[in-house]
Amino acid sequence: MQSTARNFKHNAHDALRDANLQDSLSKLKVGFSERRRQAAERLPEFEALRDRARDIKDHTLANLDFYLEEFERKVLALGGHVHWAPTAEDARRIIADLCKGAGARTIAKSKSMISEEIGLNDHLETLGIEPVETDLGEYIIQLRHEPPSHIIAPAVHLTKDQVADTFLEHHRALGFTKRLTERNDLVAEARQVLRQKFLDADVGLNGANFLVAETGSSMLVTNEGNADLSNTLPKMQIVLASIEKVIPTLEDAAVLLRVLARSATGQESSAYTTLNTGPRRAGDLDGPSQYHVVILDNGRSSVLGTRMQDMLRCIRCGACMNHCPVYGAIGGHAYGWVYPGPIGAVLTPQLIGIEEAGDLPNASTFCGRCESVCPVRIPLPGLMRHWREREFERHLTPRTVRQGLALWSFLAQRPRLYRRLTGWANRLLAVFGRADGRFRSLPLASGWTRFRDFPAPQPGGTFHTQWARQRSRTRP
Amino acid sequence: MSARSQILDGIRRSLHRGELGGEARAAVEQRLSAPPRGPSVARAQLPQPEKVALFCQWAEANNATVARVSAAEVPGEVAGYLARNNLPASAAMAPSPQLESYDWASQKMLSLRRGPAGALDHVSITGAFAGIAETGTVVMTSGPEHPVSLNLLPDTHVVVLREADIVSGYEDVWARLRTRYGKNAMPRTVNTITGPSRTGDIEQAMELGAHGPRRMHIVVVRE
Repeated sequence: MQSTARNFKHNAHDALRDANLQDSLSKLKVGFSERRRQAAERLPEFEALRDRARDIKDHTLANLDFYLEEFERKVLALGGHVHWAPTAEDARRIIADLCKGAGARTIAKSKSMISEEIGLNDHLETLGIEPVETDLGEYIIQLRHEPPSHIIAPAVHLTKDQVADTFLEHHRALGFTKRLTERNDLVAEARQVLRQKFLDADVGLNGANFLVAETGSSMLVTNEGNADLSNTLPKMQIVLASIEKVIPTLEDAAVLLRVLARSATGQESSAYTTLNTGPRRAGDLDGPSQYHVVILDNGRSSVLGTRMQDMLRCIRCGACMNHCPVYGAIGGHAYGWVYPGPIGAVLTPQLIGIEEAGDLPNASTFCGRCESVCPVRIPLPGLMRHWREREFERHLTPRTVRQGLALWSFLAQRPRLYRRLTGWANRLLAVFGRADGRFRSLPLASGWTRFRDFPAPQPGGTFHTQWARQRSRTRP
Repeated sequence: MSARSQILDGIRRSLHRGELGGEARAAVEQRLSAPPRGPSVARAQLPQPEKVALFCQWAEANNATVARVSAAEVPGEVAGYLARNNLPASAAMAPSPQLESYDWASQKMLSLRRGPAGALDHVSITGAFAGIAETGTVVMTSGPEHPVSLNLLPDTHVVVLREADIVSGYEDVWARLRTRYGKNAMPRTVNTITGPSRTGDIEQAMELGAHGPRRMHIVVVRE
């Protein structure tokens, strides 16, 4: 997928002025986040499960090569195939070859963020293969030629009315000529249109929430049942998963499942959790006769053993974006690439480069809500801070910011000068701001005062002088 | 260098070690062969009758409907459910010995076809490998006696579940799978299903009947 992360600031400005988007985003607070809070409160073991989930992922990452080989061994023993893709290009080529080999014209896809990451759909289309997205949200944005704006609710930026218009435009040719107004009617129409696609598809392609090393199973969690239809009806199943999706055992999966659905949508359990293990067996009455797993690295292995390794614990629940004030204000598209929100701000610079995505780790208030809800306790603000440091080291930070920081560090290292200067500034602002208690505009601070007033200092001097006074008073 | 070793060697390089060996390898192999369980969920650790009740409660909370009957009443309950909901009195049924043990011939109006689901089947009837009390989830394993398409294609899925097959949590299902299929062995597909198909993709509001069944009726059989 083509990145527009470089234009983050511009994207964010546009997003703030988009009335439909702001309407959709206003539902985030009362939707997923509130339901997550209730689900967590209903389960007394939730915090202990989060600790365990973090430990399972850390253990797996420390032994990642072992578990990947173990997974491969099990798949091969059952007559399945494992393909290793170091880069996005490798993965595209492997999948295209498999589709061509199967003589595929249509493939039924269920939601896979990695397929967005490697730009799979565009590639298949150039080869004359039609990829049909079957997750409702993915289907809607595929019709609109838009990228996903959320990792579990890809069409969360759209209102019901926008979906109705999209369906009317694209389904008219199929005989659906009425503009729908109810959500359940929209769902029913998509079901009807996509049912035929499932039956026609030659290949089913899906991602994986987990790969279980113990059994060689790929595990998928969905609410719609689309992934299950896509891995049952076509004659070939392709699973596309990145290296960090592997986990050791089914017991570990049980722990991760308990935190995944609750963190994502606040459900006790998603409707469908499916384990696929190899191709159909002798005597089976349905199921694909070919089972392929494509394992993608795409830069992830180089994160292991570094301070950034924690990002690989991510189980893609979306809780960090549901709870992020920045995501809540601008939505997912402004981030400019596949993964938005706090995890995107950490992952995107790793996957496409800090030069391209440098604005993303800076788009944070460091309020820490993302870390506080992350089911695998990824220290997201800490990782964003680390990216900011790297940007600074590599002179990617804008000149004005660097000069500002240089000036501040010059002063901070000279405490007497610092106190004298801040004292003057404080008195000056207090004198000029006495009348209103605030400033509507201020020289050198227009970036602040354009959007909000700057408060005039309260009487009593700077923090330093008040602190000194307080200490001398309380000291015996 | 092959793509495979490119990735695996890359991982080892980043982790500052070679291939796992010695004690480190023995430790992960041990963890794999005797999988440790995570924190257990207290709400499902109950005697069997309460476990069954908890299963029914959560299944209903997740939009399934539940009927509790004796084995002799199963065919009548299924026919009655279809009639009460104005659904067609014909169904595709899993060819399983458990289901064949019920007296379907007693329901003259009900027409049954054994085999996988086709595009035109409105109703399916299947058994279940297990039920999970913690979340009201039914567990389906694929095989000659249970085609997967029956769980997914029809609008209405009727599940016949024996009380004795209701367990506390996922971990008990894994234990049963290992007993039934052997250690490290699995059927091609295990579907764990919690209520009817749904989606939250339009304005985060849950709507039922996205791609899988719109209705799930669970017949819990007393023994």
